[in-house]
Amino acid sequence: MKNKSQFVYVTYISSSAEKVWNALMDPEMTRKYWAHLNVSDWKVGSPWKHEDSSTGETHLVGKVVESTPPRRLVITWASPADAQNQEKHTRVTFEIESSGKATRLKVIHDELEPGSEMERGITRGWPVVLSNLKTLVETGHAMETKELFAFSKK
Amino acid sequence: MDRVFKALADPNRRKLLDLLRVDNGQVLGDLSKHLDMSRQAATKHLKLLEAANLVVTVWRGREKLHYLNPVPIHEIYERWIGKFERSRLRALYDLKEELEKDHEK
Repeated sequence: MKNKSQFVYVTYISSSAEKVWNALMDPEMTRKYWAHLNVSDWKVGSPWKHEDSSTGETHLVGKVVESTPPRRLVITWASPADAQNQEKHTRVTFEIESSGKATRLKVIHDELEPGSEMERGITRGWPVVLSNLKTLVETGHAMETKELFAFSKK
Repeated sequence: MDRVFKALADPNRRKLLDLLRVDNGQVLGDLSKHLDMSRQAATKHLKLLEAANLVVTVWRGREKLHYLNPVPIHEIYERWIGKFERSRLRALYDLKEELEKDHEK
């Protein structure tokens, strides 16, 4: 077994799989619940970046590894400083399934270096991102993101 | 939300979550080593935690790995904690941690 860590997060959203899928890659949506724009053409092999919506700084980069709308999206995920360093690239898998009237969104973040800054960041970040995504998709309004992501700017 | 509170209202189930927090992605066998109960009882507790979405499982080959999913707990936090209270609560929590650490020495 590889010496990398993995985290899994799940949320149930009262909405359709298509809407949840769209919320992951529409920069206007991600701006509202994530305070960042997710920018890419989302084709397999294309790069994507995660851009701070107020400063325009790029905080994360990666590539689209797999895309099966509206069910499964796999991307790599690294800090821009590690863009060329494949060893430091982590991986995020989004799985979207219907579950009764709701949609189940599962996020698997793996290939993480145990104890790394990235691991610390994502374990604090995903619960915030996912509950805010749920709120936005269900109600049309997201929570104030500035306060939510205050920890990421330390 | 009822299911989350019911699942949390048991010391054994909280212990299971603590174990996963320290070492995420464990199989049933590893988890039950730390608990004073049968495998069957541990399975039952894990099922309740899974139904409350506090534990998520992933298959790796023939192994079923259990992960702590803190998203429902975060939803509780969002519901009752106002946005202006957050930094003050954080500061209070850090202070408590710091003082209690010294106290143990």
